[in-house]
Amino acid sequence: MSSESLVETLIYSKPQGLTTIGTHYCPGCTHGISHRLVAEVLDEMGLREESIGVAPVGCSVFAYKYFNMDFAEAAHGRAPAMATGLKRVSPDKVVFTYQGDGDLASIGAGEILHAAGRGENITVIFINNAIYGMTGGQMAPTTLPGQKTTSTPSGRDIESHGFPLRMCEILSQMDGAAYIVRRSLHDVTHIRKAKKAIREAFEVQVNGMGFSMVELLSSCPTNWGIDAEKSLEFIKEKMLPMFPLGDYKNLTEMGNGQKG
Amino acid sequence: MTKELLKGNVAFAEAAIRAGCEAYFGYPITPQTEALEHMSARMPELGRVFLQAESEVAAINMVYGAASAGVRVMSSSSSPGVSLMMEGLSYIAGSEVPVVLVDIMRGGPGLGNIAPSQGDYFQMVKGGGHGDYRQIVLAPATIQELIDLTVEAFDIAERYRCIVVVLADGSLGQMMEPAELPPMQEVRKREDRPAWALTGAKDRDPNVISSIYINPAEEEVFNQKLVDKQKVIEANEIRFEQSDLEDAEIAIIAFGTAGRIAQSAIRQAQEEGMKVGLLRPISLYPFPSKAIKDIAAKVKRVLVVEMNAGQMVEDVRLAIEGAVPVDFFGRMGGMVPLPDEVYDQIRKTYAKIG
Repeated sequence: MSSESLVETLIYSKPQGLTTIGTHYCPGCTHGISHRLVAEVLDEMGLREESIGVAPVGCSVFAYKYFNMDFAEAAHGRAPAMATGLKRVSPDKVVFTYQGDGDLASIGAGEILHAAGRGENITVIFINNAIYGMTGGQMAPTTLPGQKTTSTPSGRDIESHGFPLRMCEILSQMDGAAYIVRRSLHDVTHIRKAKKAIREAFEVQVNGMGFSMVELLSSCPTNWGIDAEKSLEFIKEKMLPMFPLGDYKNLTEMGNGQKG
Repeated sequence: MTKELLKGNVAFAEAAIRAGCEAYFGYPITPQTEALEHMSARMPELGRVFLQAESEVAAINMVYGAASAGVRVMSSSSSPGVSLMMEGLSYIAGSEVPVVLVDIMRGGPGLGNIAPSQGDYFQMVKGGGHGDYRQIVLAPATIQELIDLTVEAFDIAERYRCIVVVLADGSLGQMMEPAELPPMQEVRKREDRPAWALTGAKDRDPNVISSIYINPAEEEVFNQKLVDKQKVIEANEIRFEQSDLEDAEIAIIAFGTAGRIAQSAIRQAQEEGMKVGLLRPISLYPFPSKAIKDIAAKVKRVLVVEMNAGQMVEDVRLAIEGAVPVDFFGRMGGMVPLPDEVYDQIRKTYAKIG
C-alpha cells in the first residue's frame, strides 16, 4: 500500500445550514433527516444567508436552534401567516415554514389553505407522521383509521373521529399552488427523492412561481410504540396506501406527472 | 398644511401611511372597514404592502411576521376582530417586536352590534392575551388626536419594542371633522432595518424572533425584563389632559368620546355655578394614577363616565385609594350618553357633597 492512499478525504460533514447543537429528537425520528435535507439544499443553492425559516409548534418547535440561519418561531398553526408577513416585506429573501401535521393540517388548516390560494411565494416543508408528538401521541388530522393513539385508545374510529386529511390532494386544487408533492423518508432511495423535491420547491420560490410544499412521510417510533426499524416499515406498509407519493401539482419544466 | 374634512377611519389610516407604515394586514369589520379600504388603494400606489387576510387570526400573524423583519407595520379592527388577535398579540409581546394596532370599539359582548362602545377597556388595557405582559394603550377624543396618536404610536412602539394600541370607538371611526395630516415619511430603507430583525444571516450570526423560554428560570428573567421596561414606560409615557380642576369640587374622569361628551356637560354645569373640572386620561396604560390621586386630594367627589358597565372606574378607585367617594355613570351596548344625561349625573354628584 502506498502512502498516498492514506490521505484523508472528507466525504461527509454537517451542512453549514445546521448548527452544531445536538437535537432533542428521539432515536429513530426522521426530523433529523428532513432538517439535514433542507440545510443541504439551501447550502447547495447558496441560499443560507438569504433564508428566513419559520418554526411551528410541535416536536420541531426548536427548529430555530438547529438551523443556522434567521428564524422565527410562530404560534401553533400560524407559520404560513407569519411567513406571508415576512415574505411580503422581504420579497428577495427565501422564506420557508417547517410544520408538522397537527400544526399544518389541524389548527393551521385555514392559514395553509389561504397561503396556497394566494399563491404566496413561500416554501412549506410538511412533516406528516400521523400523530401528535410533542404532547405525547394524540390523534392527528392525518392519523390512520384504526390507528391507536393516546386520544384514540381503541384506534381511530372513523364514525366518531372522521377521516384523515390528505393535504397534498387538497392543496393541489388551489390555483395559486405551483408545486405540491408528497415524498417519504422510509429508505435511502426515497430520501434522495425527497431531497430532489425540496430543491425543486425552493427553486419554484426563487423563480417566483408561487406556493410550494413538500410533504414528507415521517416516523415517530416513540409515540407509535414501535422501534425505529419497524417505524420505517409502518410508513411503507400503512402510510403509503393512505398517502400515495407523487407530484400532485408541478408547474416546473420537470412537472410531467412523475411519481415519488 | 391646512385642515381638511376627514372621516376618522380614513384619517388614522392615512396618518399611519404618513408615519412611514410599510405594511398593513387586516380583515373587514364594521365600524373600521374604511381604514382597510383606504389602505387597499393607497399602499400599492406607494409601492407598500397591503393584504386582506383570511381572518383576524391570520392578519395579526402576518403583522407579527412583517414586524419580525423590522418594518413599520400595523393592523386595525373592531372588538370581535380584536378578540381573535389576542393570541397573536401575546406572541408579539413575548417576542418584543414593535406593532401598532387600532381598535375601533363597538357594542358587545359577542357579536353585539356596530355602535360606538368603550367595552374593550379591560381587554386592551389589562393585556387581553395570555401571559404576563402590558401593551401601551392610547385613547383619542378627536380625529386630530386620532391622527397624532397614530403617528406617535409607531415611534413609541419602536422605542420600547412593544405593542401600541390606539383605542377609539365607532363614533370616532365614523364621524368627520376638520383635521390636519402630518407630512409624509418614507418607509425605512432596507439597509436601515434594525440589527435584531430577520433579514438573512449574511456576515453575522443568525437572528431569532421567538417567544419561547422553555426553562422557567429563563422565562422569569424575560418576564422581569418586561417588568423593568414597563417601569420606564410608566415613567415616560403617561398622557392626560385636564381642565378647570384648580378650584373644582367635583372631578369628572372620562376617556375618549366619553371625555368629550363630559366636557359639554361640564360647561353647562359651570354656567350654573358648579365647580366641576375634567381629567381625561389619554394613555390608559400607563394609567395616570398619580395625577388622579393628586386631584382626589383636592376635590370632594369624583364622577367617572364611560361607555361601558364600569371598567376604567376600577383603575380610578385603585388610584384614589378611598380618599374620596367615586360615582360612576355609564351607557352600554353601543348607546352613547347625551351631554344632558351626564349633566344630570354631575348635579346628582354635586348634591351629595352638600
